[in-house]
Amino acid sequence: MSYRGYEPVIGIEIHVQLQTHSKMFCADATNFDAADNENVSPVSAGMPGTLPVVNKRAIEFGIKTGLALGCDIRRKSVFARKNYFYPDMPKGYQISQYEQPICENGKITFKVNGVDKTVNISRAHLEEDAGKSNHSGAHTLINLNRAGIPLLEVVTGPDLRSPAEAAEYGRTIRQIVRYLDVCDGNLEEGSLRCDCNVSVRKTGAEQFGTKVEIKNVNSFRFVEKAIEYEIERQIDELERGGKIIQETRLWDPDKNRTFSMRSKEDAQDYRYFPDPDLLPLIVTDQWIEQLRQELPELPIARAKRFHEEHSLPESDAQVLTIEKSVADFYEATAQASKNHKASANWIMSELMRELNTANMDIDKSPIKPAQLGKMIAMIDAGTISGKMAKSVFQEMWDSGKEPDTIVKEKGLVQITDTSAIEKIVDEVLVNNAQAVEDHKSGKKKNLFGFFVGAVMKASKGQASPDLVNKILQEKLK
Amino acid sequence: MDLTFASLSEISEAVKSKKVSAKEVAAHFQKRIESLDPKLNAFTSHNPNALEDAESTDSRIAKGEDVGLLAGVPFGIKEMLCTKDLKTTAGSKILSNFVPPYDSTVVARLKKQGVTVMGKLNQDEFAMGSSNETSFFGAVKNPWDVNRVPGGSSGGSAAAQAARLVAGTIGTDTGGSIRQPASFCGIVGVKPTYGRVSRYGIIAFASSLDQAGPMVSSVKDAALTMEVISGHDPMDSTSSQKLVPAWSQKLSTDVKGVKIGVIKEYMKGGLDADTEKTFSESLNTLKSMGAEIVEVSVSMSEFAVPIYYLIATSEASSNLARYDGVRYGYRAEFSSLAGVELEDFYAKTRGEGFGQEVKRRIMLGTYCLSSGYYDAYYTKAGQVRRMLTEQYLAAFKKCDVILSPVTTSPAFKIGELVSDPLAMYMNDIFTTSTNLAGLPGMSVPFGASHAGLPIGVQVTANHFDEQRMLNVAAALESVSPVKGRKPHVI
Repeated sequence: MSYRGYEPVIGIEIHVQLQTHSKMFCADATNFDAADNENVSPVSAGMPGTLPVVNKRAIEFGIKTGLALGCDIRRKSVFARKNYFYPDMPKGYQISQYEQPICENGKITFKVNGVDKTVNISRAHLEEDAGKSNHSGAHTLINLNRAGIPLLEVVTGPDLRSPAEAAEYGRTIRQIVRYLDVCDGNLEEGSLRCDCNVSVRKTGAEQFGTKVEIKNVNSFRFVEKAIEYEIERQIDELERGGKIIQETRLWDPDKNRTFSMRSKEDAQDYRYFPDPDLLPLIVTDQWIEQLRQELPELPIARAKRFHEEHSLPESDAQVLTIEKSVADFYEATAQASKNHKASANWIMSELMRELNTANMDIDKSPIKPAQLGKMIAMIDAGTISGKMAKSVFQEMWDSGKEPDTIVKEKGLVQITDTSAIEKIVDEVLVNNAQAVEDHKSGKKKNLFGFFVGAVMKASKGQASPDLVNKILQEKLK
Repeated sequence: MDLTFASLSEISEAVKSKKVSAKEVAAHFQKRIESLDPKLNAFTSHNPNALEDAESTDSRIAKGEDVGLLAGVPFGIKEMLCTKDLKTTAGSKILSNFVPPYDSTVVARLKKQGVTVMGKLNQDEFAMGSSNETSFFGAVKNPWDVNRVPGGSSGGSAAAQAARLVAGTIGTDTGGSIRQPASFCGIVGVKPTYGRVSRYGIIAFASSLDQAGPMVSSVKDAALTMEVISGHDPMDSTSSQKLVPAWSQKLSTDVKGVKIGVIKEYMKGGLDADTEKTFSESLNTLKSMGAEIVEVSVSMSEFAVPIYYLIATSEASSNLARYDGVRYGYRAEFSSLAGVELEDFYAKTRGEGFGQEVKRRIMLGTYCLSSGYYDAYYTKAGQVRRMLTEQYLAAFKKCDVILSPVTTSPAFKIGELVSDPLAMYMNDIFTTSTNLAGLPGMSVPFGASHAGLPIGVQVTANHFDEQRMLNVAAALESVSPVKGRKPHVI
């Protein structure tokens, strides 16, 4: 992509809120729907004398994510204090990892417009979240429910070269953490928070331009738009002979532009130092191996397998692997039906349509994979026609009944007995003698479809369409 | 029984066998506090429920319940330790109205063993000081001479114990804050191995150095109190999993064949004559009891005071950041909020809430940690600290315990060093290394100056080897020339 002879350089930091039941350094609950300051103990409130104790589950979630991103896991990582004053930060410092983060040197490859893109993950470190300030007139109300919730901050190298790549990278990370079940990936609720570092340089130049940070963008569509805007803004500025100021900007989705939040010139000196209340975090090889065993097949690998082993088109494979639950549903259906493509089609069209209409997650679907698989197998066995299957599907959705029960109850069994169909065909031909004449003489064209329809109608839709076709063709020769 | 001078176990046994009620014991000491504390200023607040608390111990005894090792024993607690529903100020204006909603682990463990908390004891603000002159609640006076300091920062604990306003007290020690005032006031003070005692609920000064310990009248009382407050605490990641021995049961005064180390770098002079005499007498005494004196080298101890101040102030600058007036504690008044920026809010609250010494240390620590200086100061201090620890570990291959003076001189006069912070800091020369290396150390009274002021001797042991340290201290105590001396104020 060309930008008036400039090349954008983009790096992304994503804060992944880990879905633990308790906070990073104490036992307080983490539920999103809690009343104001309900999930706050003396530790969360930073009361004098309180001390942090590391949440083991948060460590495991961090390691799993690191492994999924191809990172090296540090056997000894260190929690540091990041010192700065803010009313919603109770201790006057945030506990974060600084010089020795738990995950380093990862790499992730994903597709952007059908082309493979590889991005380096320079680090992923654990930290605690701050609380929330709610401004109301002259007062500020502080809610510390969020203070201490575990975050994993995943940081890329300056490897992204377009807004589309940046957005796709974000979607890939979201997909992975949801697969791992370490984060619900809900951007609106702040479970994933994206900061984008953007600079531009003349195409071919070695040196990076001055970067600008766009903070807290809350959808990947906005990530794309914000970066797009920022690239153009920076190029305009340079073309005018101006200079880019290193600063933090925010995205205004209503006005479709970024605006300055604070300049980096008054940047804080965070005075990082190892937190003396916490010993270095030691992770054993055995623990890492155990977590590696627990990793699910990741979306990119799974899509590749669906394409190669199930012979699904790449596009189908990708759609089916966006969510782990959908991929799991597909795989179970395919196993029951023994028909990969038909399983994929039924899920991507009929099932998705119903789920979307009902605003329902696939794991709540009233039709279970085994039932859908059985229904598809019945089509393949010729027990029901594709047309019948649609009404069976609807009935399954409404009642949750087994497909064979529905077929039996409604008497929907397909007639595959040749002599029985011949009898119906003969009757239809006798009753429509004029039409037969017209067909045979070639007086009227396209009458064949009329005969098929009439036979199907006479059989109440139960005749095998294949056989009806075959017999009609013989008789009308 | 003379309750005033009874040992902890004597009181506890008497209470459990109903010779005296816990309530009577509490009332006895309450009277002493009322009559004597106005001269000392050792207490910052009294527990209004002390008698009721003691009564509930009595009713538990009446029901035949196990009330623990320290049943009915009245204790005073340093302001540094959080006590549920009882004001905990750290000796600072900024926390002058703070009432914790929880007990520190040390206090919870004392209560579990039947202790009656009588009140909170004065201290240097945030434990920063060697004289107890920096408290927001005023200076504490030494019961041996009320014109002199009791030492710091646990000066309130030392003075209250020396004057027997309570039967036992708890102090905290970051660079000598238990041992130095214990020496100045003629009592026994123990800083346990780092990690022995949970820091949960102890207001943090310098996290990697702080440790709470007993300040009591005898080695046996110290051992018993240590048994109660020590042990792993899931609320403190740095607390040790090591089992807690029954130190008081295994106490022995037999020092035959025990190797007593003397750090040769400490023998360069600079001690006042009485202190030097007391120290050499203690060595001779141990030798006559069958111990062997060994010279060891801890050359890095020369840098202990500067390293200590770099590390302690760095950690303190961060630990004290939470006192910002937002959630609890003192908040500066603003006649109008209009035009008040967040920075003004912090600056005014902290400017008014903290005293001079605390501000001095926060600024020093902030400087040490700031980018550009971090490596030269904090990182370097950490490296020297590790070397110092290694030298101690090497020394403990040659000896069992190390004997040294506690301070360079006995208690100085109130106001004498206040304008010379560096001279004040040098007072900690014999005590800070122990904290930096995480070793256990204690002060035991062994002499007196010509003016009659107490002088202690410091016993330091290897990590988790408190038993040997206590045994050597018990041996010295058993033959101490100052045994039975009482301060003038009593």
